[in-house]
Amino acid sequence: DGVLMFQQVPLVEIDGMKMVQTRAILRYIAGKYNLYGKDLKERALIDMYVEGITDLMQMILMFPFSAPEVKEKNIDSIKEKATNRYFPVFEKALKQHGQDFLVGNKFSWADVQLIEAILAVEEKIPAVLSGFPQLQAFKTRMSNMPTIKKFLQPGSPRKPPPDERYIETVLKIFKK
Amino acid sequence: MSGKPKLHYFNGRGRMESIRWLLAAAGVEFEECFLETKDDLKKLQKDGSLLFQQVPMVEIDGMKMVQTRAISNYIATKYNLYGKDLKERALIDMYVEGVIDLNELLITYAFQPADKKEQHFATIVDKATNRYFPVYEKVLKEHGQDFLVGNRFSRADVQLLETLLMAEECKPDILAKFPLLQSFKARISNIPTIKKFLQPGSQRKPPIQEKDVPKVMKIFY
Repeated sequence: DGVLMFQQVPLVEIDGMKMVQTRAILRYIAGKYNLYGKDLKERALIDMYVEGITDLMQMILMFPFSAPEVKEKNIDSIKEKATNRYFPVFEKALKQHGQDFLVGNKFSWADVQLIEAILAVEEKIPAVLSGFPQLQAFKTRMSNMPTIKKFLQPGSPRKPPPDERYIETVLKIFKK
Repeated sequence: MSGKPKLHYFNGRGRMESIRWLLAAAGVEFEECFLETKDDLKKLQKDGSLLFQQVPMVEIDGMKMVQTRAISNYIATKYNLYGKDLKERALIDMYVEGVIDLNELLITYAFQPADKKEQHFATIVDKATNRYFPVYEKVLKEHGQDFLVGNRFSRADVQLLETLLMAEECKPDILAKFPLLQSFKARISNIPTIKKFLQPGSQRKPPIQEKDVPKVMKIFY
């Protein structure tokens, strides 16, 4: 019925718009709710962090749909990238400024994206944060922020990890 | 300290080309440092210049920026190519993300193995003519304005033009059914900064040739 600009979901109806394209939606929400830094330079840093995390999350997103014979290799890949490429960046950032949040000493989209990613990777690789004390503390800190704490509780709109039924449903909807 | 932005990438389009387009559209002069070998990439990685060990990387305003979208967002905002408010930005983002999706298919075409090329080409044509071009044709038709968003030149116009031209390189008559995209293409191409970028001798890169594919693969893989 013409509601999906590029024939794809996600779709979010918000403020009179029918928004598509994940990043467009996220950026709008972050901008609207002051989670996008105080100026252009903070936004640049948030964008860099978010895009890096998104690359890591992309591997997690695609994982359920990989063939059984490559699943183990994919887990190794996720572990390798998380521990060698992505987590060290954020561990270092937190260590260097010693602040609670990634950017500008203030809660931002980057923090939310990172806590989501940490939890998602831990579901696959439980000990993944073992070499990252700053990230462990970050994870605890973020999990205790009231809005996030609420979201992490049972009964919230947060979705569980993908299971067989999830994969089946997705394939059914998106297969040609 | 500031000086001109300095782009680090291989001497080809890839993921840096959109950034070149944006800087050029904004009338910003820039320098380029080309990676020729894997060692060039390793050197940048070793000296801590690449946040996630990857290029594109652009030195700009005292930052070493990585991640194509982060860089493009920064340039677009700094040079007023990102709409006048949050809602225009939302629309620009939606349009740009759609274009990026199509761009991704176009960029990766040259790197497809021989037995996948034909299918990839068919996918490009199908998605371009059935999913993406109709959206922008309709937008232009509905408001009848020269530019995609807010009656004002923005990054959405730049990135759409870039993609239209790349799609035509792939299939010259691909815009046959889209009269408004054809006039859009002519119109935006005539904007002075863009016109200059489209002339020979500019920093716009040519499409990658078959013979150069192995060299690029060697740098990155």
